[in-house]
Amino acid sequence: MQELINIFVKSIFIDNMIFAYFLGMCSYLAVSKTVKTGMGLGLAVTFVLTITVPVNYLLQTRILDKGALAWLDPSFSDVDLSFLSFIMFIAVIAAMVQLVEMIVEKFAPALYSALGIFLPLIAVNCSILGGSLFMQERAYSTIGQATAFGFGSGIGWLLAVLAIAAIRERLKYSHVPPALRGLGITFMITGLMGIAFMSFMGIKL
Amino acid sequence: METNKTKEALFSKKNRKLLSDPMNINNPITVQVLGICSALAITVKLKPAVVMSLSVIVVMALANVITSLMRNMIPNRIRIIVQLVVVATLVILVDQVLKAFVYDVSKQLSVFVGLIITNCIIMGRIEAFSLGNTPWKSFLDGIGNGASYGLILIVVSFFRELFGNGTLYDYPVMEKLGLYELGYHNNGMMLLPPMALIVVAVIIWWQRSKTPSLIEKD
Repeated sequence: MQELINIFVKSIFIDNMIFAYFLGMCSYLAVSKTVKTGMGLGLAVTFVLTITVPVNYLLQTRILDKGALAWLDPSFSDVDLSFLSFIMFIAVIAAMVQLVEMIVEKFAPALYSALGIFLPLIAVNCSILGGSLFMQERAYSTIGQATAFGFGSGIGWLLAVLAIAAIRERLKYSHVPPALRGLGITFMITGLMGIAFMSFMGIKL
Repeated sequence: METNKTKEALFSKKNRKLLSDPMNINNPITVQVLGICSALAITVKLKPAVVMSLSVIVVMALANVITSLMRNMIPNRIRIIVQLVVVATLVILVDQVLKAFVYDVSKQLSVFVGLIITNCIIMGRIEAFSLGNTPWKSFLDGIGNGASYGLILIVVSFFRELFGNGTLYDYPVMEKLGLYELGYHNNGMMLLPPMALIVVAVIIWWQRSKTPSLIEKD
């Protein structure tokens, strides 16, 4: 249990998707104009990451890894399908996003209208595929760890978007040099926030 | 003569514009804000940045051509999945080539080769351009956008490697200049991820003060 909490906290603060790896920057910049839209996309990303990382973990360990197909038949034990992982992961993500969209539309129409256009766009958000690829690279040993990582990364992304959206709302009242207005100043602030987040790096978990 | 009039030359003015526009007034990174994720994470050194730019140019040009060829056959509802499959297949090819020929760089790039799939630049250009244009134009658009993406990558990694590590393409520039004996120190800060954002911000700042039409209005 302690191990799961460690992975969870680590993926929120130390390996934050935005501040440490810049994943999902495109939508991060696009939706962070107001806190409300940031919250919407942040929740959707968390939701989809929590589902796709464990599903892709199962895919990776049961089908794609070298020797993973041995449960089907011992003669498959030297089959290595890991070169297919990109296309399999992205297919799972696209399908999952579609599925999540339909389920949310059916059972939680209020949430659906709140998330609106953001749900279908998540399929092409780098942080989702990034989550699965990091899961593959770090080779988590149980599905629990993979889930904790996915959930934590989502929360970390949500946190980053909320923080920058709140700052950008305040920025409207400040005097920014014309050429830096909008994109430029947002980049700089994200950089400064990244430096602040680096102070978590020394923490050993 | 009749055909010459109706058919556009391969490098007509309009087509050349497709190549040159992305370099400045329609730059994918600093103006369209696409493909930031990978642009920032792999710019610590020049070498991975160059390899990454080449991979993106190849994937973009080919993906643009393929989707443009299929543009009348793809049903609108499932176009995202079709695009993802095309791009993912190309990225797998690039990844295998990198693993075979430049294994050490491929290790450095780690997950970011895979992330070319969701690089918004590629999806964005497919959506915005190649689904509505002929293959040749889409090809030029892909090359133009890929190259200007690469340009930013190379500029950012040039500064980060020079000031952070004192080398350029692994060649010890600062040491050869003898700056260390004068008491010069590398600025380790430049190697940290947040500095990439700040370098890009400075590029944006510089570009927008040169081209005032790009300045955002509130």
